[in-house]
Amino acid sequence: MKRLWRFFPALPALMLSGCTVDLLQPAGPIGEGNRDMMVLEWAVMMCVVVPVIIATLVFAWKYRASNTKAEYLRNWSHSNKIEVFIWGVPILIILVLSGFNYWSTHYYDPYRPISKEMQVKVGAPNAKPLHVEVISLDWKWLFIYPDLGIATINELDVPTKTPLDFRITSDSVMTSFFIPQLGSQIYSMAGMETQLHLMASRPGNFQGEAAQYTGPGFSDMRFRTIAMPQEQFDAWVQNVRSGDNPHVVKEALDAQTYKKYHAPPPAPHDEAPKPAPVMYFSSVQAGLFENVVAQYNVGMTHDHHGKDMDEKSMDMHSGSHSAAPSNTGM
Amino acid sequence: MLGKLTLSAIPYDVPILVGTFIGVAVIGIAVLAAVTYFKKWGYLWREWLTTVDHKKLAIMYVILGLVMLVRGFADALMMRTQLALAYAGNPGYLPPHHYDQVFSAHGTIMIFFMAMVMMQALFNFVVPLQIGARDVAFPLINSISFYMTLVSAILINISLFIGEFSNVGWLGYPPISELQFNPGVGVDYYIWSVQISGIGTLLTGMNFLTTIIKLRAPGMKWMHIPVFTWTAFFACIMILTTFPVLTVSMALLALDRYVGMHFFTNDGGGSVMLYLNLIWSWGHPEVYILILPAFGVFSEIAATFSGKPLFGYATMVIATGIITFLGSLVWVHHFFTMGSGADVNTFFGIMTMFIAVPTGVKIFNWLFTMYKGRIRFEGPMHWIVGFMITFSIGGMTGVMMAMPAADWVVHNSLFLVAHFHNVIIGGVFFGYVAGLSYWFPKAFGFKMRDVWGKWAFRFWFVGFYLSFIPLYAVGLEGMTRRMNHYDNPNWHPWLLVACVGVFVLAAGVACQLIQFVLAAFDAVNKKPDALDLTGDNWGSGRTLEWSIPSPVPHYNFARLPVVRGLDTFHIEKELGRPAPVADLEPIHMPKYSAVGPVLGACGLLIGFALVWHIWWAVIVGLVVAFFTVVHRSANLDVDFYVTVEEIRADEEAFARRLAAAKAAE
Repeated sequence: MKRLWRFFPALPALMLSGCTVDLLQPAGPIGEGNRDMMVLEWAVMMCVVVPVIIATLVFAWKYRASNTKAEYLRNWSHSNKIEVFIWGVPILIILVLSGFNYWSTHYYDPYRPISKEMQVKVGAPNAKPLHVEVISLDWKWLFIYPDLGIATINELDVPTKTPLDFRITSDSVMTSFFIPQLGSQIYSMAGMETQLHLMASRPGNFQGEAAQYTGPGFSDMRFRTIAMPQEQFDAWVQNVRSGDNPHVVKEALDAQTYKKYHAPPPAPHDEAPKPAPVMYFSSVQAGLFENVVAQYNVGMTHDHHGKDMDEKSMDMHSGSHSAAPSNTGM
Repeated sequence: MLGKLTLSAIPYDVPILVGTFIGVAVIGIAVLAAVTYFKKWGYLWREWLTTVDHKKLAIMYVILGLVMLVRGFADALMMRTQLALAYAGNPGYLPPHHYDQVFSAHGTIMIFFMAMVMMQALFNFVVPLQIGARDVAFPLINSISFYMTLVSAILINISLFIGEFSNVGWLGYPPISELQFNPGVGVDYYIWSVQISGIGTLLTGMNFLTTIIKLRAPGMKWMHIPVFTWTAFFACIMILTTFPVLTVSMALLALDRYVGMHFFTNDGGGSVMLYLNLIWSWGHPEVYILILPAFGVFSEIAATFSGKPLFGYATMVIATGIITFLGSLVWVHHFFTMGSGADVNTFFGIMTMFIAVPTGVKIFNWLFTMYKGRIRFEGPMHWIVGFMITFSIGGMTGVMMAMPAADWVVHNSLFLVAHFHNVIIGGVFFGYVAGLSYWFPKAFGFKMRDVWGKWAFRFWFVGFYLSFIPLYAVGLEGMTRRMNHYDNPNWHPWLLVACVGVFVLAAGVACQLIQFVLAAFDAVNKKPDALDLTGDNWGSGRTLEWSIPSPVPHYNFARLPVVRGLDTFHIEKELGRPAPVADLEPIHMPKYSAVGPVLGACGLLIGFALVWHIWWAVIVGLVVAFFTVVHRSANLDVDFYVTVEEIRADEEAFARRLAAAKAAE
C-alpha cells in the first residue's frame, strides 16, 4: 500500500497521457487564440494567487497562538503603505489584462471573418471561405453547404486551411454550436441568425457538441467534425453528390422532406432518445436556411415555391408576406 | 375540481422516489409522533411557529437550510454517481427525464433554499445584535419572510412526489421552459417556488435595510457599524434592486405559460435574449448577495481569532460598496457567446475583471489581519484559512473566464461548473458554516464540540478539491455541463475521481450533522464545560453581540448600549464597562402572531393550486390572505412591555454566571 502512494503525485500525469485536452491542443487559429488568452490570464493570475496562498499558510503558521515568540501587534489595523500596495497591485494587473481583453475580444470576435494574417500563418493565404449554414434541431445538427448544394446531419466535413463561415440558427430550443478544438462557440437561437468564423489548420476528427442544454436528447446531440485536405474534401463532395456514399439519403432536402428530419425522435421517460444517425443529402433546396429563420419572424412565411413552410406560425400570423431574418447584434 | 391533478401525477413507478417518499414519511411521522407524545404542540406553536423574535426565526432558518442542504446534497450524490457510471454505452441509473430534474433541483435548492436561507439566518441572528437593536424594524414582516421561504421550500419538495420538477436547469432558460417544449408541471413548480421565496427575500431585504439605517444603538455612527452588518447592508441594497427583476422575469415566463403570451417564445415576437438579460441582471448580483455576507463573517472571525482589529476596516467597507456597484454591471459575462458585438463583450469583460480588485483587496485585508496576530485555530478559523486558499483559486478561474476570448471555449463547460462551485463552496458555504459555528454558542448558550467541526472542515476542504479539480480538467477537455451520459474515454477517470470526492464531501456533511446532534445531547445533559457562561464565548469578541448573555434574552439588551466606537465591546473590555447610568426600564416588545403561519399556509395553497390550475383554491388562498392582513391591520393589541422584574432577574442571573466564570478561572 505504501508503495502505491509513491505513484500518487504522478496520477494526474498518468491520466493525461495519451489523451487530448481539447482546449489546450487546438487545431485552428481561433482555438489557439482562445487558449493563448486563457493561459496568459492563468499565468498572470498565478503571480498573485500563489503568493497569497503561501502568505496565508505562512501567516497562519507563524502567528499561531502557541508561537509566543512571534511579534503580536494587538491594536495594529492600518498602514497606508500596505493599503496602497493592496489596491495598487490588483489595479495594475487588471489594467494590463483589460488591454488584452479589449484586443482579443475584437481580434477573435466570432463575427469577424478569419483574418489574412491567420490565413498566411497556416500557409493558404488565398483560400476562399467555405459557407456552412447550421441548424440545431431536436436533437441533431443539420449542416447545409449552400455553395455546394449538399447537406449533412450530425457530421461536419470541412477542408483544412480554409476559412469556415458559419451562419447559425435553431429550429427548436436555444443551444450552442461548439467544436472545442477549433475554438469559440456561439448560440443558436430560433428566428435569429448568429455567425461564427473558424478554421482548421490540420486534418483531424474533432468532437462537436451542443453546449447548451436542449432536453432529453441533449447528451447525444453531438457530431464529429472531420477536417481534411482540400483534395480529399472535394472528393468527399463528389462522393456525396453522386450518391455513392452509404450515408447518402435517397431524397433531396427541401421544405417537404425537412419536416421529417425536423421532427424530434420519441423521448420516453425511462431512457434517452435514440441518437440521430449521420446522413448526407446530395441536393438541398436553396434558401432553406433563410426560411427556417424567417418562419419565426413575421407570421406566415413562404418558401421559394410559395407554400407554407410551417403550420405552427399560421395561427398567429400577421398577414404580412415579407420575411425578415434578424440579426442578434445588440 | 382538481385542475390538472390526477392520480397519474404520482410517480409510484420510480423506485428512487418511492424509497425517498417512504424515508421522508417515516421521519415525518416520527417527528409528529414525538411532538404529540411529549405534548409539545402548544409549546411549538406559542414559542416557535408564531414567533416574531429574530433569533428564533434565525434558528428556524438554519434548520430549514440544513434540511435543504441534505436534500440538495442528495441530488449532487446522484449526479456524480450517474456520471461515474454512464460511460461508453452504459445509460447509468438515471434516465434523462429524471436526471434533468435532479440537476435543476440541485441548483435551485442550493441557491434559493440553502444559501439564501442560511444567509437570512445570519442576517436575522447577527444584525440586530451587532447594532444593539431589540428586534428588526418590522418583526411581523420578518416572520412572514420566513414563512414565504419555508412554504416555497415545501412546494419544491412536493414536486418530488406529486408531478415532477423542472428539467431545464436552475434558471429555467426559455424557450425550452415554454409550454411548447415543456408541457408538464415541472417548470410551474419552479416558477412558483421561486416567486414565493422571492417575496420572502425581498421583504427581508427591505426589513434589514431599514433596521440597519434606523435601529442602530445610540452613538453608532456609520463607520462604527461592524463589518458583517455592513455586508448585510450592501446585500440588502442588491436584494432591493435586483429581486424585483427576478419577480418580473418569472411573472413574464408564467404569463407565457399560463395565458399564451409571447415574451420569450420562439415565435410571436418573443425573445430568449430578453430573458437571458433579465434573469442574469438579477442572477449575477445574486451571487454577490450571497458572497458579501460570507465576506462579513470572515471579517468578524479573522479579527476575533487573530486577537486584533480587522485590518483596513474603511477599505473593507469601500470595497464592499464597489462590489455592490460593479456587481450590477457584469451580467452579460454569462452569455458572451450570444453574439453581442465586440464592444459590448469588452465592456462587460473588463467590468467583470475589475471586480477582482475590491475582492483581492479583501483577501489582503484578512491576510494582514492575521499578520502579527495571535491566531487561535478553533473551528471557525479553519474555514477562513481554507476559504482564502480555495477562493483565490476560484477568483483566478473567474478572471480567466472574464476574458470573452477565453470564455468562448469554456462557456457552459464543466470548467464553469467547477469555477462557480469553487467560489460558492469555497466562499459562500465555508463562510456560512464558519458563521454558524461562530455564533452557535451565542444562540444556544453552549458550545458545539469543536473536533467534529474540524473534521467537517477537513472533509469539505479535501472533498472540494477531489470533486472539482477533475471538473476543471474535463472542462478543458471540452465536456459541457448537464450531460447525462458520454463516451469520451478521456473524461471517465476524472469523473470517477469527482465521484470519490462527493463521497468525501458527504463525510463532511455527516460530521456537521453529528456535531449538531452531539451539541443537542450535551445541552440536554447540561455538560458543564459546554456551557457559555460569559456570553463572550471565544474570549475575544469585539462587537456588541458578545456583551450580552448567551442565550440572548428575548429583548436582547437589558439597557440599550451606548456605542463608543468601532468594536465597541472590545473598547469596553479595555477601558472597563461604564456603570449603568439609569435604572432598568420596561421594554416595549412586539407580541407573537399567527399571521406569519397563516399567510404561509395561504402561500403554499396558492402556489400548489397555481401549479395544478386549481383556480378555486387559488381564490380561497387569496381571500384568506387578504382578510388575514385586514384583520391584522385592525388589530391594535400587538405589543407588550417586558417587566422590570423579569429583566432584573435575568440580569442578576447573568451577573452570577459571570462571577462563577471568573471564579473558575
